[in-house]
Amino acid sequence: MISLNGNTLFENKSEEFSTLIKSAYKDLDINYPKFFKMDNLSKLAFICADILINNSAKNESNIAIVLSNRASSLDTDRTFQKSISDIENHYPSPSIFVYTLPNICIGEISIKHQLYSENSFFIFDAFSPKELWVYAENLLKTNKAEKVLCGWVDFDENDYEAFLYIVENEGQIHHTINEIDRLYHTQ
Amino acid sequence: MSKVFVTYNSIISPLGFDSEMVARNIKNKVSGISLVEDKNRFHKPFYGSVINQDLLNSHFRKLNNSEDYTTLEKMMLLCLNDVITNSGIKIDESVGLIISTTKGNIDALDDENPFPKSHAYLSRLGQVLKDYFSFQSQPTILSNACVSGLLAVATAKKFIEEGLYKSVLIVSGDLVSKFVLSGFNAFQAMSNAPCKPYSKDRNGINLGEAIASVLVTSNEKFLNETTVEILGEATCNDANHISGPSRTGEGLYRSVKTAIQEAEIEANNINYISAHGTATIFNDEMEAIAFHRLGLTHTPLNSLKGYFGHTLGSSALVETIVGMHSLNQNILFTSKGFTTLGVSKPLQIIEQIEKKDLNIFLKTASGFGGCNTAMLFKKVAN
Repeated sequence: MISLNGNTLFENKSEEFSTLIKSAYKDLDINYPKFFKMDNLSKLAFICADILINNSAKNESNIAIVLSNRASSLDTDRTFQKSISDIENHYPSPSIFVYTLPNICIGEISIKHQLYSENSFFIFDAFSPKELWVYAENLLKTNKAEKVLCGWVDFDENDYEAFLYIVENEGQIHHTINEIDRLYHTQ
Repeated sequence: MSKVFVTYNSIISPLGFDSEMVARNIKNKVSGISLVEDKNRFHKPFYGSVINQDLLNSHFRKLNNSEDYTTLEKMMLLCLNDVITNSGIKIDESVGLIISTTKGNIDALDDENPFPKSHAYLSRLGQVLKDYFSFQSQPTILSNACVSGLLAVATAKKFIEEGLYKSVLIVSGDLVSKFVLSGFNAFQAMSNAPCKPYSKDRNGINLGEAIASVLVTSNEKFLNETTVEILGEATCNDANHISGPSRTGEGLYRSVKTAIQEAEIEANNINYISAHGTATIFNDEMEAIAFHRLGLTHTPLNSLKGYFGHTLGSSALVETIVGMHSLNQNILFTSKGFTTLGVSKPLQIIEQIEKKDLNIFLKTASGFGGCNTAMLFKKVAN
């Protein structure tokens, strides 16, 4: 399920990620062929970021991206590891290797939306709003960003979860650690 | 906002197990790169800079006898221990921990590795270091490709400026594992000889292992002779390609420009550039274009990849520490491996070691995902 500001945007009975994300891509009318080359983590982050940015931003905003998760790029790391485990069958692919970094999904979002902005990727054992809050506050305060796209985007085995939000100087919800935590747990 | 400093520091690398020794070797133009013939690491010989396992184990045994730690964990424990001991910092709730790594214990995914595959979760590193040194805060793990080491310093600065911590300890490290060797080899990015940053005959990177640790703090009681103040920093994306550098050097250009603005200095106040210089054709050319656009082609510049190889998530922190020693000693270190200029703009590559009054240096790094980080450091006179 994908929701925006508490309203369901997209629902699919399929639990399987590849089916769900493909139909979301079609349903949301995202015309971006590069999407099909991305790994699971990037697809997940890309779709959610696309919805948020298209919904909230004017063109040419300086939107920083600060993301976090638990499993880093392990989903693709495991795929790459399989391709190198057997020396008789050693065909590592550069196009898989490049996705063995969690911040590649930030690169994908930046390319699509032409964001020459600040970015960072953190790993925590569980969702941790404190560091995201501090980082976003600092970027806004120092005028290094007009808006900050923050959140949690995790893909591990068959489990996946994305919770993204945009922080800016004006809005309806106060940017506090408690509010971020509350929103994460009510999604 | 209060001043933020980078102070006590340590490096573990084939050039030595502390940063003074490493700086001395660099001054003497000693490189850690050699031909590595080790079937456990890669199925064919490669040029790289790797840490000797027996030497590591003998150092580690002096600290701890446990067999529970992976190779990377042993190196990180040793390096961080050095900084904690030398600085005498008391670990309480005002002290944060940032771990910078791209792949962590990625070797645990290999069937032949004795440790469980779950050790490949990066949060494991945080848990190990937290437990060992009794950190009272939650460790932050930063994994943002090859800018991670410098972005970790920027993150520590943000944490301190916003009052989350008074001091932050950083430790950075990555292994020269079968995983990354296979990946960079598949990219055809590995040089078949010691790397030659910015040279005409450069043909790729050497991978390397180096662990780095620093204390970042606003507390002036921790200042020492190598301490630098962070004047400004920025990270900017190229918005161009996930694995290739921008042809215009856009992200690097913007990150240096913003860092200069924040530092409230002029480009010509920069005495020295510690650049990224991986020795791939496209990276070095991209940097030359960005530095040209910034008016920095007359500023002395080196890449330290000829000493350490590319140490990935650790590289920018290792190179920052060497830059701190360079400032402290008022010496510009030779850009090892340089032959004749092979980029389209006239960079001022440091070809011979030189005594010079140094006050401010610029550190830059660029990485996959299109990220670029720049930071300006100023010597703190004692």
